[in-house]
Amino acid sequence: MSATGYPVGAAPAASPPSTTPASRGFSVGTPLTVGVVTAYLSVIVLIPLAAVVFRSTSEGWDGFWASVTTPQALAALRLSLGASLLVSLINAVFGTLIAWVLVRDEFPGKDFMSALIDLPFALPTIVAGLTLIAMYGVRSPVGINIAYTVVAVVLALLFVTLPFVVRAVQPVLVEMDKEMEQAAKALGASGWTTFRLIVLPNLTPAILAGIGLGFARAIGEFGSVVLISGNIPFETEVAAVRIYSQVENDNITAASAIAVVLLAISLSVLLIISIFERRSRKHDQ
Amino acid sequence: MTSKIALRGVAVLYLGLLLLAPVAMMLITTFAGGVGPVLDALTRPAFMHALKLTLIIALIAVPLNTVFGILFALAVVRREFKGKALLTALLDLPLGVSPVVVGLALVIVYGRRGEFGGWLADHGIRVIFATPGMVLATIFVCIPFVAREVIPVLREIGTEQEQAARTLGATDWQIFWMITLPAIRVGVAFGVVLTMARALGEYGAVAIVSGKLSGRTETLTIHVEERFLAFDMVGAYTASLVLALLALATLFLMQRLKPRGSH
Repeated sequence: MSATGYPVGAAPAASPPSTTPASRGFSVGTPLTVGVVTAYLSVIVLIPLAAVVFRSTSEGWDGFWASVTTPQALAALRLSLGASLLVSLINAVFGTLIAWVLVRDEFPGKDFMSALIDLPFALPTIVAGLTLIAMYGVRSPVGINIAYTVVAVVLALLFVTLPFVVRAVQPVLVEMDKEMEQAAKALGASGWTTFRLIVLPNLTPAILAGIGLGFARAIGEFGSVVLISGNIPFETEVAAVRIYSQVENDNITAASAIAVVLLAISLSVLLIISIFERRSRKHDQ
Repeated sequence: MTSKIALRGVAVLYLGLLLLAPVAMMLITTFAGGVGPVLDALTRPAFMHALKLTLIIALIAVPLNTVFGILFALAVVRREFKGKALLTALLDLPLGVSPVVVGLALVIVYGRRGEFGGWLADHGIRVIFATPGMVLATIFVCIPFVAREVIPVLREIGTEQEQAARTLGATDWQIFWMITLPAIRVGVAFGVVLTMARALGEYGAVAIVSGKLSGRTETLTIHVEERFLAFDMVGAYTASLVLALLALATLFLMQRLKPRGSH
């Protein structure tokens, strides 16, 4: 008996080999496979999201607009947008710096540091929030209490989006040819000048892609923010928390309107990245 | 040389303050009162129930998404069909959706006041404020991971071996089990690890459809929040620690399985 349970000699007799053209790839029950995955994605993802969009305009465009422009909703959207932009900027600088150190530097503990970068991907968001509270909350051991402030929102977003820029830049830096850098140095350019004029232009697409993914994540972030921000209306309430409390208050239409704004922002960012990536891939070929 | 050390210092300091110090402090806070209270928290019925529910949800969501992910990768890489680009874009959609919006979407479709949810309720099927809704939310948030890992591997291995097997008379099913699956197994394993981590740790999407009914629809992450809001810090941090250990196991497996250098 073979590993699949077929008698060893029986399989060839059961399926004559010459019926399939050699150019054709392998398939499990095609076109059924395409149908099954399309149906699965539609039922799980597409139909529910379409329902949100549909629901947001169930009281007409005026209703949609009114829900989105209430002072509290506007304040929450503004905070999410502002904090996500700030976090993107910080990630661009520190993400690139950390990637640089991981690729170009050698020191004891580097492997540990490299593994640590993925921690925010693996750690549940609610736990991320709680670790930040342990360190920077009301009972901070170092006397830094930022709980219930905008700083807490920014810190939580920095925590959960840390890996995006690092992991986007790292492989590009590994692949990059060192010849141009060495030439620039030989001609007397300083380390910073070399980085700015030679390395940075090559890293920019990766940095932008990392920023984009992080931004799309930050704009809708909920779990890591909800405990440490205190969710004070007009102050520390982010858009996702606003949606959450509207659902709890049974204001499904208002919640949907804010959700559609969030969806529109993050999906257009992701769309721009994918167009950008496709173009640079064509450029490479 | 000095600038190199300065950069290293900044990187280490940034990671230390943002990641390492908070995680270390969480450990210290958990065991501030000794091991006794932690063991008490671990044996409390509410905790046990939350752990059990979390595992049940993951054990439904992860296999379903794994099968889906492999089929999706096979369809996209090995077949030509209309709308392929659209389907690929659709796969990444969940990555750009806030967990809260996922929950909201499920409440609209399956909630009792929705048309479909109302019909289900009439037939005695409860989705929202019950396990099925939480499973759906979990499946939604971790749908892309396996497919995203398997697609590049499947592209790389090509079809030569599969065609050779076909010429020798192997059936589709035999080719899949004996050629394709062994070739993509590392990609599948990596995807399963990512899916599992997300499934065990999802909070926002699951919380919104669960109704947070203590002892009934409370997962580990919701249990963490509930304990925190009840001012039971040991309970909250103990459950967090369990989730953090699962995250560490995930990181370990990711390191072991990572041959490609990217995430």
